[in-house]
Amino acid sequence: MDFATILQVLDSTVRLATPLLLACLAGLFSERSGVIDIGLEGKMLIAAFASAAFAYYFSQNPVAGIGPIWMGLLMGVLASLAFSGLHGLASITFRGNQLISGVALNFLASGLSVLVAQSWFHEGGRTPSLPDEGRFDGIVLPGALGPADAEAAGRPLSELIAQANPIQQIYSELISGHSILVYVAFLMVPATWWVLFRTRFGLRLRAVGEAPEAVDTAGVSVTALRYGALVIAGVLCGLAGAYLATGLQAGFVREMTAGRGYIALAALIFAKWRPWYALMACLLFGFLQAIALRYQNIDLGAFTVPVQFMDALPYILTVVILAGFVGKAIPPRAGGDPYVKER
Amino acid sequence: MTMMKTVLGTAAALALSAGAALADPALIYDLGGKFDKSFNEAAFNGAERWSEETGGSYRDIELQSEAQREQALRRFAERGFNPIITTGFSMSTPIANIAADYPDTKFVTIDGFVDPEEHPNVLSILFSEHQGSFLVGMLAAMASESDTVGFVGGMDIPLIRKFACGYAQGVKAVNEDATVISNMTGTTPAAWNDPVKGSELAQAQISQGADVIFAAAGGTGLGVLQTVADEGAHGIGVDSNQNYLHPDQMLTSMLKRVDVAVADAMEAGADLETGVQVLGLAEDGVGYAVDEYNESLITEEMAAAVEEAKAQIISGEIEVHDYTSDDSCPVLDF
Repeated sequence: MDFATILQVLDSTVRLATPLLLACLAGLFSERSGVIDIGLEGKMLIAAFASAAFAYYFSQNPVAGIGPIWMGLLMGVLASLAFSGLHGLASITFRGNQLISGVALNFLASGLSVLVAQSWFHEGGRTPSLPDEGRFDGIVLPGALGPADAEAAGRPLSELIAQANPIQQIYSELISGHSILVYVAFLMVPATWWVLFRTRFGLRLRAVGEAPEAVDTAGVSVTALRYGALVIAGVLCGLAGAYLATGLQAGFVREMTAGRGYIALAALIFAKWRPWYALMACLLFGFLQAIALRYQNIDLGAFTVPVQFMDALPYILTVVILAGFVGKAIPPRAGGDPYVKER
Repeated sequence: MTMMKTVLGTAAALALSAGAALADPALIYDLGGKFDKSFNEAAFNGAERWSEETGGSYRDIELQSEAQREQALRRFAERGFNPIITTGFSMSTPIANIAADYPDTKFVTIDGFVDPEEHPNVLSILFSEHQGSFLVGMLAAMASESDTVGFVGGMDIPLIRKFACGYAQGVKAVNEDATVISNMTGTTPAAWNDPVKGSELAQAQISQGADVIFAAAGGTGLGVLQTVADEGAHGIGVDSNQNYLHPDQMLTSMLKRVDVAVADAMEAGADLETGVQVLGLAEDGVGYAVDEYNESLITEEMAAAVEEAKAQIISGEIEVHDYTSDDSCPVLDF
C-alpha cells in the first residue's frame, strides 16, 4: 500500500464518516437529555429527500439572492425538525414509548419520501439529477491544489497531487477539497463538547437525562430542555441528510441512507455518549467502510477476511462494548423513560 | 338505506364487470418498483406499448413485500387474467407452487426458471446477459486509455456475477493485458439502493486508474454514474438505456429487452407458447445502446469491431462463458 493509496482511503474515510458523525452527535444531544432517538435514520432520509427536492425546485425557479443549494439545505433541516417535533410530541408531551415513536418515524420517512417524490417528479420515487448549482462543491482551502490548478496545468488533479511533497499531498487530498458540511461536522465536535460541559444549558441537559426529577425540583422545565435537545438533533440530522443528497450525491434515491442512522447509533454506544469519542468512533467506522470498499476481500496470507466481515465489524464492535468486554457503556440513566411530574 | 343499496349495487356491478374482463394479461412487478428506471420500468414500457398498439388493456400490481407474491398470483389467476407475467427471479418459486392449481392459466417468469416438465403452463424467459456484457466490455476496453476498466455490481448474486464475467471476457478479448477491477456493493438488498457507497466504489476504482466503469447496480448505479461523470471518466448503464443521464459521458448502456419480452407475451395472449425461452444477441434480447447522447464516443472502428463480435457470437464462433453454468469465471476472481 503506497502513500497515495493510504491518503485516498483516509479521504474516503472523511466523506463516509461525516454523515455518521452528524447523526451521532444528533443522537448524543437527544439521548443525553433522556430521549432515545432510534429515528435518526428516518430524519436523515426525509432531510435528504427535502434538500434534494427543493434544491432541484429552486434551481429551476431561482429566487434572487439565495442559491438553490441553501434553500435545499434549509428545507432539509426544516423537514428533519418537523420529524423531531413529531418524536417530541409523541414521546415527551404524550409520554409515549420513545422506541416505538422512533421506529414509526423511520417507516414514515421511508414511505413518505418515495410517495411525495413520485407524485412531484414522476421518476419512480427519486428526484431528478441536480444541476451543479444545486450541489455542494468542494472547498479548496488556501494554498491547496484544486481543480483550478489542474486546469491551469492541463493535467488531472490526482496527478498533480501525486507529484507534490508529502505535506502538500496530505493537505490537498485529505484536508482540502471537501464540501462545507464536512468542515461544519468536524467543528460540531468541539462545539458539542463546549455546550454540554461548559454551559449552563449543557449541565441542565445532562442532568435531565440522569435525574429529571432533580431538574424539575430546581424549577427548570424538563419538557423544554428535552424539546431543546430534539431541536438540536433535528438540525444535525438535517445537515447529515442534506450532505448525503446534495454533497455526496446529486439527488435523492429511495432508502439512500442505507442504515447509516443505525451505524450512528452503534457509534454513539461505542463512544459511550461522549463527543470526542463519538468523533473517534465515527472515523473508525468510516475507515472500516472505506477499507471494505477499497479492498473487498483482504488477503492476510494465512486467510482471507471477507468483505461481509468488514461490513459487520461496526456492529460486532458495538456488541463487544455492550457486553462489557472493553470498559462499560452506561447510558444516561433516565433514557427511555417519559417524565411524569409528581402530583 | 336505499342510497346504501345503490352504492353497494354499483360496486358489485363494477366488481363483476372487472371480473368479466376475461383473458386480459396481468403484470406483476418485483420489489424494485414499477419506476426503477431500469428492469421493472422496461416491463412497464413494454406493456404500455402493447396496449397502445393493440388497444388492449392489462392489469398490473407493484409488490410491496415478499409475502404478497403468491397472493398476487392467485388473485390474478382467480380473476381470469391470462397470461400472468412476472418480473424478477424471485417469482419462480411462488409460480412453481401455484401453477398446478390453475392449469388453464399461462404464467410467465422473466429472469426466473421453472421446470417446464413439471409445470407445462409456465414460460420461463431468460436473458443471455453475458453476451450483452461481453459487447459493452469490448467497447470499454477500446475506449479506455489507461487499459484499466471497472465494474460495480449491486447485490452479490450469481446473476450480477454473470454480468461481471461477460464484461471481463469482452475486455480481455480486445486487450489481453487490460485490468478489470470488479467490486460488489454488498450482500443484502440494501446494496441496490446505496448511491453513496456506489460513489465511493467508483472513486476508489478511478483512483486505481479505471477510466470506464460499468454499473450493474440499480439505484446504487446512479451514484456510480454520477461520480464517473464528475470525475471526467466514462460510465456504462444497464438494463434500460441510461445514456441520457450524462450526455457525452456515458459510453453506452447494456440493454436487456424486457420490454420486448413483455410485449410479445401480451401479444400472444392465452395462446402463449410455454417452456423455456432464452433471449440472447440472436433474438435481440440483449444488446448495447447507441443514440444521440453517446454517438460522439463510439468511433466507427469500435462499432465495426463490436458488430463483428456480435455476428461471431450469434454464429457460435465466439463462445462467451456463462457464470451461472458452472459458478466460475475464467478471467475474473470473485
